[in-house]
Amino acid sequence: MQHAVEVKSLTRVFRPKKKKEGDIVTALDSVDLHINTGELFGVLGPNGAGKTTLLKILATLLLPTSGKAYVAGFDVEKDLIEVRKRINMVSGGEISGYGLLTVRENLWMFSQFYGIKSKEAKARIDALLERFGLSNKAKAKVRTLSTGQRQKMNVIRGFVTNPEIVFLDEPTLGLDVNAARAVRDFIIDWIRSDSNRTVLLTTHYMMEADELCDRIAIIDDGRILACDTPDNLKRMVKMNTTLTLSVSGLSEVDGFDSIPGLLSYSSTKKAESSTTELRFVLEDESCVSDIVSKVLSAGSRIISLQKTEPTLEDVFIKLVGRGLE
Amino acid sequence: MAVINDLKVFKDSAWLGWQMEANWTDPFLFMTYSMVKPIAGTLILVLMYIVVTGGETANAYFSYMYVGNAMYMFVAEVLFGVTWVIHDDREHYMTLKQVYIAPMNFYVYILGRSAIKIAITSFGVFITLVFGVMALGVGINLAEVDWLLFSASLIVGLISICILGLALGGISFLTAKHSIGINEGLAGVFYVLSGVVFPITILPTWAQSISRVLPVTYWMEAMRRGLEPAAMRELTSTAGFDVTGMSGVSDMTMMVYLLASVLVFFILSIGVFRFTDYIARKKGKVDWTTAY
Repeated sequence: MQHAVEVKSLTRVFRPKKKKEGDIVTALDSVDLHINTGELFGVLGPNGAGKTTLLKILATLLLPTSGKAYVAGFDVEKDLIEVRKRINMVSGGEISGYGLLTVRENLWMFSQFYGIKSKEAKARIDALLERFGLSNKAKAKVRTLSTGQRQKMNVIRGFVTNPEIVFLDEPTLGLDVNAARAVRDFIIDWIRSDSNRTVLLTTHYMMEADELCDRIAIIDDGRILACDTPDNLKRMVKMNTTLTLSVSGLSEVDGFDSIPGLLSYSSTKKAESSTTELRFVLEDESCVSDIVSKVLSAGSRIISLQKTEPTLEDVFIKLVGRGLE
Repeated sequence: MAVINDLKVFKDSAWLGWQMEANWTDPFLFMTYSMVKPIAGTLILVLMYIVVTGGETANAYFSYMYVGNAMYMFVAEVLFGVTWVIHDDREHYMTLKQVYIAPMNFYVYILGRSAIKIAITSFGVFITLVFGVMALGVGINLAEVDWLLFSASLIVGLISICILGLALGGISFLTAKHSIGINEGLAGVFYVLSGVVFPITILPTWAQSISRVLPVTYWMEAMRRGLEPAAMRELTSTAGFDVTGMSGVSDMTMMVYLLASVLVFFILSIGVFRFTDYIARKKGKVDWTTAY
């Protein structure tokens, strides 16, 4: 069976021109993965993990340093036009667009570059504008749109060409809750309505990956650490207990490493409540008392304590040894 | 099918180019701007000429200079326009990434976007020439114009400028803000070496050798011969020597030279564009944003 995307030992190294511009960065390090046709595949990782680099290579914007990548069976280095006929790409936070054109003109323009008949393109544009609540902005100049509206317009641009495979790079980045929800709902409806459609989505939102994706690859420092369905990934930490403490007055988050039975932990400062959320993955539940003692001896107050079901964040912490934020 | 698609992309990108060029103001102001700008630019040179020569403009050399300067607008504007497409899409509108991954002929897109620049510049050149004939006695007589030579050389020359612009466009993939400087630098080289406002015979021998491989040199000569044949004859007869260094070359040979140099530059430009495109993808510079 031909995969929608196939990546073999893909490596991408960025070398600075001068030493003072920084170190050599290995954005992708021998990445292997395949995405099946009809799949909504997520790549989950922190900023700088290599997610965007992977998408840029697959979208023919960037060449790999070594390894091979195929989209719909076509080599992304050699069969550029064949790959481009089948794809589109949307980047989160994208505010691009020809400001002098109206929203409809802008979308129509891009549809024409894909050889879509003008009448058909206009019908699709109107339907998508309606779906994203932008119908009233169809005749507005792009330069007059808000940032969020521009982002939504760019999401529409990515789908108006009806690609076989769409690459979504953090598509909900910077969108408000309702707009992000609308985009996520649309992505699910879009892929479920045709079994030949494929989505490769990168995100650093755990919830988004969990909610949307059929399978997820967890990436860090350019390496794929795990790749499976969300449920299977969560089973990786099922044997271990996850403990979440909300504490106040915690000045330092050190010294937990030495507690026997503790696999890993992460902390998140909650600025709005001046508290810190500590998340522990335990191998042995008997270490709970040691953790509590350690927190109290540091002069902190425990606001709440709960054992939680594993989430993708727990998986990430187990694999990477730190949190995503 | 590919040709039909290319024509469609050309038409649509030309429409986009027109929106970029003209959609920032109302039609009257745009028309006024399009007329005043080229004449104002030309008057700078005319005033310098009058100051240096004492005011006589109704002579063959003034016509030579005036027509060359008017036609040079094509070189400057079209070279700038072609390069600007990539710079503007990447840095200002941030659309280059989306345009670049579209399954179309990227050359056709750039040429389509630039076509409107050629149209607007043609209008400017026309206005400048009309102003020169009516107000300054430039020696263009419509009854004497060799329309075939003029039209053929104009079309071939414009193609050569677009081709050169393509190479510069490729280079601008790799150079952030500097692409405009490179562009102006190259246009300046053509201004000095291609017989735009003075004949190439006054250049040092080594510089003349460079002039004779540049398509713009033959373009300028061929267009002058087509547009102002009497002034070109008078230039040589008054001076008593071959002022342009090309009076012994027939019109047909001139066109062959022009076509040959265009062909060489076409091959070079496509090579440069492909190479710079490859390097841009290799270095990840296609969607670079640095200037805004």
